Amino acid sequence: MTYALEVQRLDKSYDGAPVLRHIAFGVEPGSTTAIVGPSGCGKTTLLRLIAGFEKPDNGTISLTGRVVAGDGWMPPHRRSVGYVAQDGALFPHATVGANIGFGLPRRSRKNSTISRLLEMVSLDPSFASRRPDQLSGGQQQRVALARALAREPELMLLDEPFSALDAGLRATTRRIVADVLAQARITTILVTHDQPEALSFADQVAVMSDGRLAQIGTPREIYATPISIATAQFIGDAVILPAHIDGNRARCALGDIPVALNNIQGKCQIMLRPEQIDVTTNSIGITGTVADIEYLGSEMLLAIQVDTTNNAAPQMVTVRRLGGATLLTPGKRIGIRVLGEAIAYRN
Amino acid sequence: MDANPSRRVTARPHLPVVLAALAVMVVAAAVLPLGYVIAATIDTGWSTAAALLFRPRVAELLTNTVLLVVVTVPICVAVGVTAAWLVERTQVPGATVWAVLLAAPLAVPAFVNSYSWVTAVPSLGGLSGGVLIASLSYFPLVYIPAAATLRRLDPAVEESARALGATPWAVFFRIVLPQLRVALAGGALLVSLHLLAEYGAFVFIRFDTFTTAIFEQYQSTFNGTAATMLAGVLVLLCLTLLVIESVVRGSARYARIGPGVARRAVPAQLGWRYTPISLLFLALVIVASLGVPIVSVFRWLAIGGWAVWNWDVVGSTLTQTLGFGLAGAAVTCVLAFPIAWISVRHPGRFSRGLESSTYISSSLPGIVVALALVTVSIRYLHPLYQSVPVVIAAYALLFVPRALVNLRAGLAQAPVGLEEAAQSLGVAPLTAIVRVTLRLAAPATAAAGALVFLGIVTELTATLLLAPTGTRTLSMQFWSLSSEIDYAGAAPYALIMIVLSLPMTYVLFNQSKKAAGL
Repeated sequence: MTYALEVQRLDKSYDGAPVLRHIAFGVEPGSTTAIVGPSGCGKTTLLRLIAGFEKPDNGTISLTGRVVAGDGWMPPHRRSVGYVAQDGALFPHATVGANIGFGLPRRSRKNSTISRLLEMVSLDPSFASRRPDQLSGGQQQRVALARALAREPELMLLDEPFSALDAGLRATTRRIVADVLAQARITTILVTHDQPEALSFADQVAVMSDGRLAQIGTPREIYATPISIATAQFIGDAVILPAHIDGNRARCALGDIPVALNNIQGKCQIMLRPEQIDVTTNSIGITGTVADIEYLGSEMLLAIQVDTTNNAAPQMVTVRRLGGATLLTPGKRIGIRVLGEAIAYRN
Repeated sequence: MDANPSRRVTARPHLPVVLAALAVMVVAAAVLPLGYVIAATIDTGWSTAAALLFRPRVAELLTNTVLLVVVTVPICVAVGVTAAWLVERTQVPGATVWAVLLAAPLAVPAFVNSYSWVTAVPSLGGLSGGVLIASLSYFPLVYIPAAATLRRLDPAVEESARALGATPWAVFFRIVLPQLRVALAGGALLVSLHLLAEYGAFVFIRFDTFTTAIFEQYQSTFNGTAATMLAGVLVLLCLTLLVIESVVRGSARYARIGPGVARRAVPAQLGWRYTPISLLFLALVIVASLGVPIVSVFRWLAIGGWAVWNWDVVGSTLTQTLGFGLAGAAVTCVLAFPIAWISVRHPGRFSRGLESSTYISSSLPGIVVALALVTVSIRYLHPLYQSVPVVIAAYALLFVPRALVNLRAGLAQAPVGLEEAAQSLGVAPLTAIVRVTLRLAAPATAAAGALVFLGIVTELTATLLLAPTGTRTLSMQFWSLSSEIDYAGAAPYALIMIVLSLPMTYVLFNQSKKAAGL
């Protein structure tokens, strides 16, 4: 099958400093891919190369099997690619309606078309006559999306479109955008530095680090079996423990626990997600003391001092519990149980 | 978070060659007057030059000109800063009205101001007369940037100083004034350059400066060499001022440190003692700089009655002036555009070089530019001598920076991101520039054109020297009538120039609210 977007061995540097190195991946038609990574990892540059705002130094970019950069060049306005910038980039001199109709041929800039597009992004058609500065941040982003949707692009690029919005608005806007794109069955790439956003939004998550593609996979794969400790910590909270592996069991401060097989034996480090660690109020088996509580409302993070076993060094672990667990107070003695498998990494 | 500003800088596209070539050509033309003075001096040879320069007359001119600058500039700074502080930072009654009135004297050309004062106080003359008229005409050049900067200063800095035990006066001199340094240096430079370039205002009161002497020399004897040598000294004075200004300004940047938007300062209470004094000061300044010219012009209009309104002459003068103004504004904006584009989209050493060359050459007085163009057109382009294109070229050389400042601000309001957004919507790059960037820059371009237009309407020196025989512009007509002591006949032209210039003052005033400095 032909990928909607295929990127091969992409390199890009600015003034000799490499920004992207050997980036390669494919995106299936109709799917949603999130590119995540810390600031400065090159993810926005990658998006700009796909949009055609910049040219790669090496490598090729193909859209539905057709090379648009590398072996040949197709300028951005010929690519069937929609682009929504971080700040929306609405044209300040034009009304909402004129913004949305900007890319359409003159005869198709009908009120009915504009209204339909506004309704698609859950905005009232009366918005068409407003000016961009009369809209809230979330509304501006939705207009920017409607504007990009107007030309029915094959590929939609979203460059951190929700990052300028406050928490509540971000969730609603994200849901509306995700629904619209899914209904229109448009292949989508979202760049973000917000991990929950990436995991909830996408079918496929690509983790970038220092200009390289560190890992690509489904959100579950990325979260459950990250390729490195750095990726594990970037994509979510992680408990890292020194361990000794023998066969498929790891001996560590939390006792003997099963590990996912990946050919690592002997001394190493293992990673658990906080929700894999269960605490009980009857202190049998592995035990510990609640050292500190960070109350977050719906849930809370417990810092637990684990009692020394297996000759392991004293260990603090972080555990996630529902916020209603009022019995847990600092100093409380508890029992600890590990659910599922740990992931091992070489030292 | 990834969309940091540094990305825009590193991802700089290549400099467009055609645009760069155009910009270099404009700059080359702009440097022409300076080159002419240098070449002419070398041509003349040391002994002739020395004979022309080291004589009592030149010493007298030098004394006059330097004294004029040394006395007038501090007065303008003192008046400008005091007025700006009263309007922006105190509860002086009617602050918003004063704010506009204080910028308005710019609408009265200096030679009209001089005419008004001389006809009201005929004994006015010499250095004191020159200082009075120049101060009244040019203090807004300090007031406008000073007020704009005061408005933008972060009051938290001043409040911290108060909390550290400084008195209000100490805060003003130790905190506020140093932060005004850039604005004041710029304003003082503008005042000095105007003083060096002004012709008409000083002729009225029989006060000789280099500019008036050069003009006289050129008109009475057509003695090109003598005039050029004087022009050489004038150019040296100009360049000295540019150097002094850049030293005073230093590399200082008084940017606000810290995030967020600055609050407005809490205006100081003047109390029963200072309120009347402040009001008296402001009223005196406005009456002298705005009241006297307006009353004087209307007095002459009343004396002249309907007879002075010779509608045929007024009509043709107005038409010619508008023609020159519109053509000059259009040409200047077109020529400034490549430089503005490069400085906004491709900032760097090249763009800074382009800008500072146009800046230096256009700080030369109109008389020098005019002399250079006369010589070049007589020697190399004879058919163009005393033709409209040469006049337009002089206007362009004189006013390119005015257009540049505005065009640059306009282009800066249209970020590359919007052009990219347009391209991703299927619009070709050039169309995207036209439909988005040029559209967004249109108001600023209009302001640029308006400023150049109004500069041309009141330009006298270069127009007198270069205009084809039979040309009649407002300033020329005003000049020839008032030179013949037909003060009543000149009054209608003075009035039209003031009325036409009012929008310029408004544009400048509005602009200063957005960006510091002129």
